[in-house]
Amino acid sequence: MATETHEAAGHAADAAASAPGMPQLDFSNWGNQIFWLLVTLVVIYFVLSRIALPRIANVLAERQGTITNDIAAAEELKAKAVEAEEAYNKALADARAEAQRIVAEAKAEIQVDLDAATAKADAEIAAKAAESEKAIAEIRAGALESVKVVATETAAEIVAALGGSADDKAIADAIGTRVKG
Amino acid sequence: MEGQLAHIGAGLAAIGSGAAAIGVGNVAGNYLAGALRNPSAAASQTATLFIGIAFAEALGIFSFLVALLLMFAV
Amino acid sequence: MASEAHGAEEGGLVFHPMDQFIVKPLFGGDTIEWYTVTNVTLWMALAVVGIIAMMVLGTRRRAMVPNRTQSIGELAYGFVYKMVEDVAGKDAVKFFPYIMTLFMFIVFANFLGLIPMSFTTTSHFAVTVVLALLVFLTVTIVGFVKNGAGFLGLFWVSSAPLALRPILAIIELISYFVRPVSHSIRLAGNVMAGHAVIKVFAGFAAIAVVSPVSVVAITAMYGLEVLVAFIQAYVFTILTCVYLKDALHPSH
Repeated sequence: MATETHEAAGHAADAAASAPGMPQLDFSNWGNQIFWLLVTLVVIYFVLSRIALPRIANVLAERQGTITNDIAAAEELKAKAVEAEEAYNKALADARAEAQRIVAEAKAEIQVDLDAATAKADAEIAAKAAESEKAIAEIRAGALESVKVVATETAAEIVAALGGSADDKAIADAIGTRVKG
Repeated sequence: MEGQLAHIGAGLAAIGSGAAAIGVGNVAGNYLAGALRNPSAAASQTATLFIGIAFAEALGIFSFLVALLLMFAV
Repeated sequence: MASEAHGAEEGGLVFHPMDQFIVKPLFGGDTIEWYTVTNVTLWMALAVVGIIAMMVLGTRRRAMVPNRTQSIGELAYGFVYKMVEDVAGKDAVKFFPYIMTLFMFIVFANFLGLIPMSFTTTSHFAVTVVLALLVFLTVTIVGFVKNGAGFLGLFWVSSAPLALRPILAIIELISYFVRPVSHSIRLAGNVMAGHAVIKVFAGFAAIAVVSPVSVVAITAMYGLEVLVAFIQAYVFTILTCVYLKDALHPSH
């Protein structure tokens, strides 16, 4: 165990001796690194500040401008669309009002026609009814007359059949009172 | 013998890394706690978060550096 | 230690987690002069190529509706631009190309470093210290040029009780000068740590029994490293913005 540790320690010591330690602390090459670092930085600085950054700034500004323009155009189009919709709605409302007006007019016209026709028909009906009443009255009068005649004749026949004789005047009087009463 | 002592010292210096880890965790944890309370203010403080982490971590890196120096330069 | 000794007896287990960071001359030779073309040069050049491909070639169509590369470029632009504007203020926008340069370089260096067998330039303190010092100097100079002596108000916490202010001023002053240190070590340390840990796990893969675990661990670490690669670039950039805000508006 002891030898093992000793060996290991010896190995570690060997490694430490053969290894270069920390290359970062080897100051002999610092000048070299600093020189090349400064060269690198100067190159990067000029490339960036002369070419790359102005270019990217331009592209970004241009894009921003385009986006702003596009947004403005879109706003305009939107306003137009709203306007068009309003116009459409207005036209629709107008058309609807017009239609309603026409319907009302037509209705009124029809009503007038209808009223006239109704009045005419009423008058005709009234005339027809009067005529009919007159005819009925005539018929009724005719019928009474016929009843009288028939009754007189019948009564005369009956009287004759019974063997009596009766003058026409008495029969006519009797019939007249009976039929009337 | 001296080399062994240096290695022990390097190991002790490495404890500093753990301490830095605690520090970084503290920073990040408190940031998260604050960010969850007020998420709207969180985005503006990420830069501060990273600066805090960097400062906490730098000290851990110092201890790491001491360990390296003990390992390789002493 | 025990497992290492065990592995060492089997003869396979050797850890060289830091070997991946060695700076080597690219075309032979042993000495590294300041002008020598090394793997640092190669991977920095690749970062430049990547940035040019994305930001210049990707956007060459200047398309109104971007393709994939162009939208990534625009995303990066918008991301950093918004960060500068939000964190550092509107008048910091003139520093935007500078901050964008830092961000793009770090992002590309970090992600190129995640390619297996590659060299991670941002894992070297030489690189990150220069980046952090550049930021530090910029902030300090801009602060004094913009505000004159008023920039020193940054250290004089006027909202604190008068008795405490000198002490706070000393603390603020120290923290101001520690900034480039933490700024650089944070980036290099994170990147180096991740790569070294992956390498250590890879070393364990030499033991047959452990190797499945090792592969899973490497995969998990790699996922974490992808996250870290971006977050560290983000943190570096946002801290630059924070420091810049201090320079432009030093009042506490």
